[in-house]
Amino acid sequence: MSSLPTKASTNGTSSDGDTGHILHSMLLFAEVLRGLGLDVGSGNVLDLVRATEYSPIGRKQDFYHAARCLLVHRKQDMPLFDEAFQVFWRKPKTRTTTQNIRSMGEQTRFRKPQVAPPPGAETGTEGGSAGENDDAGGSVDLTRTYSAREVLREKDFSEFSTTEINQSRRMMAELTWKMDLRRTRRLIPGRGQQLDLRKTLRLNLKYGGEPIELARLTQKDKLRPLVLICDVSGSMERYTRMLLHFIHTISGEVKQVEAFLFATRLTRITRYLSHRGVDQTVDEVAKAVPDWAGGTRIGQALKTFNFQWLRRVLSGGAVVLIISDGWDRGEPELLAQEAARLQRSCHRLIWLNPLLGSPRYQPLTRGMQAAMPYVDDFLPVHNLNSLEALAKHLNSLSTKRQLGPHYRPKLQEEADTSEAVLPDSSPLDPRLAPTFRHPLWGRGR
Amino acid sequence: MTTTNMAPDSIDDVQNLLRQQSYVADRSLAVPIFLSLKLQRPLFLEGEAGVGKTEIAKALATGLDTDLIRLQCYEGLDINHAIYEWNHARQLLEIRLMEAEGGLDRKAATSNLFSDEFLIKRPLLQAIDSSRDKSPVLLIDELDRADEEFEGFLLELLADFQITIPELGTIQAVHRPIVIITSNRTREIHDALKRRCLYYWIDYPDFQKEMQIVTSKLPDAPRRLAEQVTGFIQELRQTELYKIPGISETVDWTAALLALNQKELDPSVIDDTLGIILKYQDDIELVRGEPVRAMLNRSRNQGPRRGRGGGGG
Repeated sequence: MSSLPTKASTNGTSSDGDTGHILHSMLLFAEVLRGLGLDVGSGNVLDLVRATEYSPIGRKQDFYHAARCLLVHRKQDMPLFDEAFQVFWRKPKTRTTTQNIRSMGEQTRFRKPQVAPPPGAETGTEGGSAGENDDAGGSVDLTRTYSAREVLREKDFSEFSTTEINQSRRMMAELTWKMDLRRTRRLIPGRGQQLDLRKTLRLNLKYGGEPIELARLTQKDKLRPLVLICDVSGSMERYTRMLLHFIHTISGEVKQVEAFLFATRLTRITRYLSHRGVDQTVDEVAKAVPDWAGGTRIGQALKTFNFQWLRRVLSGGAVVLIISDGWDRGEPELLAQEAARLQRSCHRLIWLNPLLGSPRYQPLTRGMQAAMPYVDDFLPVHNLNSLEALAKHLNSLSTKRQLGPHYRPKLQEEADTSEAVLPDSSPLDPRLAPTFRHPLWGRGR
Repeated sequence: MTTTNMAPDSIDDVQNLLRQQSYVADRSLAVPIFLSLKLQRPLFLEGEAGVGKTEIAKALATGLDTDLIRLQCYEGLDINHAIYEWNHARQLLEIRLMEAEGGLDRKAATSNLFSDEFLIKRPLLQAIDSSRDKSPVLLIDELDRADEEFEGFLLELLADFQITIPELGTIQAVHRPIVIITSNRTREIHDALKRRCLYYWIDYPDFQKEMQIVTSKLPDAPRRLAEQVTGFIQELRQTELYKIPGISETVDWTAALLALNQKELDPSVIDDTLGIILKYQDDIELVRGEPVRAMLNRSRNQGPRRGRGGGGG
C-alpha cells in the first residue's frame, strides 16, 4: 500500500499505514467535505480508495491532486477543499480531532453576520404602524364588502407590518409566475415544418413505403431563465425585506432563477433560495451579504455581474430584472456602459423601481438617467398590484423575437395598467446617448 | 474491457507522452489524466475559452496512437446527430427495389431495412463500436452548448458504455473509450454528470509554462520575441478585461508577429495587431495607446515571474 496515507492521522492516534485506518481517514475526510457543503458521493470516495491502489500515488502532492479531481466538481469549492485538505492530512502536532475540523466547517458555513439583518421584525413592533394597521383593517370590515385583501394590494411595501408581509406572501404565491417561452432548436413530435423521417418510414411500411401518413416535428419551447439583481443599499431598506420575500417566492415558482444582491458589492444568493422557509433564506442571505444597507454603486455591481457571471447565467435567452431605486454613488458613465453591455447580452432588461409607485416620481437621479436608454421596460414594484402586472408582463414577452415587421409590442397596454414610464422622454447628456439602439424603441407608441 | 496496452504506467509517463505531442501538462493535470485512464472514468475539463482543453484530447489521441472521435455540442443536439440515424433515403430506395423484384414481405422488409447496412453511425456510437481493436479517445466538446436533454443521453452512455438501438439490439464497447468532456462554463453542467467524472479546472498558465507552450508550438520563434509576447500577455491578463486572452491567442499572436518578420515587440505593432488577442471593441479601446506602452515597459522590467493566481470567481 502507498506510503502517503501513513501521513494521515485520525483523531490524533498514531497511524501505521494500516488499510483500515486509511479507509477510515478517507471516509472521515469525505464527511468533513460534506460538512463544508461539497457534493461528495460515496462513489467518489470509493474511487479515491481505488486510486490509491495504483502505486504511483505515493507523493502527497499526487494524492492531493487525485483527491481533488475525484472529490471536487465545482470550481467554487476548490478553496474549501484546499483548506480542509491542509488541515486534515497533516501530521498531528497537537491533538486535533475531527471534532475540531468539523467545527471549522461549521464556522465557515454559519459565519456570524457582519451587518445586522434587515429590520423586518421592527416594523411589526412599532406602535405607530401597528396601530395604523389595526385601524385600517377595522374600518374596512365595517364599511363595505371591499376586503382587506384589496387594501393590502394597493398598500406600499414600505408601510407593511410583519403580519401584512406574511399575508401578502400567500397572495404573491397565488399569482401565476410563469416565464415567457423561448423557441429552442430541439425537435419534438408536433405539427411543424420538419418531417420525422424515421417515424414516417415506420408508419408507411404498411403502404409499401409510399409516404402517405407524414409524421412531423416541431421546435420545442422552453421557459426563459430569470436573473434577478436586487439593490439592498440603505435607500432601499424599507423595501428589502418585502423584495426578498418576492425573490424567494418567484424562485420557487420559476424553474431557473439566479439571484444577486448588491449595495457596493455583488453577492450571488441563488444557493440560499432553495430553503423552503423564507425566514431561513432571509437569515442566511443577511449573513452572506457583507454590505447590507450600505452605499450604492450600481455601475460597479453591474460590471462585476457582466465580467464574472454574465457568460455563466445568461445562456438560453434570459430575462434580467434589476430592482433598484437608482440612487447611485458611483460614476454614471460606468453604469451606462455596463447597462448597455448587459442589455446587449440578455433577451430583455427590465428595471423595477419601487419609487415609480408614486405618481409624481420622475427618474431624474443621475444613475437612473444613465441607465434609462438601455432599459427595455421600466416598471414599478411598490405594491402587490404592481407585482401582478409584472407577473403578467413576464408571461407575455412574446415567444418569437420581436424583430419581425408584424410585431407590435404590447407596451401601450402595460403603460395603462401599471403606469410604466417609458424611457426617452427626458433630455439626456449627449455623452450618454446609446451606441446601440434597441429595435423596439420608437415602435408601437 | 481494458484500455490499450500502450496505456502509460505512471504519472511521469503521462507527462512525457503529452510533452512529445508538444502539450505542456503540469503534474496537477497529469494526475487526473492518469487516473482517468486507469479508473476508466471520463475526464471533465472546465476553464475559460482558449486554455487548451480541446488540445489535451488531440495530444492524448496522437500520443496513444488511437483514433480521436469528436462530438461538437450545440443546442438541440439529439440522438440522430450524436448517436445514430437510419439512412432514410437509402431505406426508401431499398423498398422500391424490393417492390421491383416483386413481393414485398413486410416482416422480411423490416428486418432488412433496419440492419447495420442502413445505419449511420454518429460519434458516440462510433466510439463504442465493438469492431475497434483499441480504446479511442472520445472528445465531447463544449458540453455547455448542448441542452439539459442531451446530458440525459450522455449519462446513460457513460454509465456502462452501451447503447440500445430498438431495431438492432444493444451495442456494447469492447474497449471502453477514453472520454474527455470540455465545458466553457456558459452554464452549469448538472452535478449528476460531473459526479461521474474526474473534474479539472484549467487555469491560465504562469509565465514559465506559457513560454514552454509557445516555444514548443512555434520552435522557429526567436526566444526574445516569445519572451516578450508571453510577458505582455501575462501583463494583459492582470488588466480588467471583459475577455482575457487565452493560450491560443498567445500562440496565434506570436505566429502572426513571426509572419510580419517582427524580431521584438514595439508599441505600434502591438496597436496594429491587438485584434488577434482582444476580441471586444471595449477591451481594445481600453488598452490601445498609452496603456499598451505602460504594460510593455512593465513586462520588460519584470521579466519572468509568477502568473495570474486563481482569478476570482
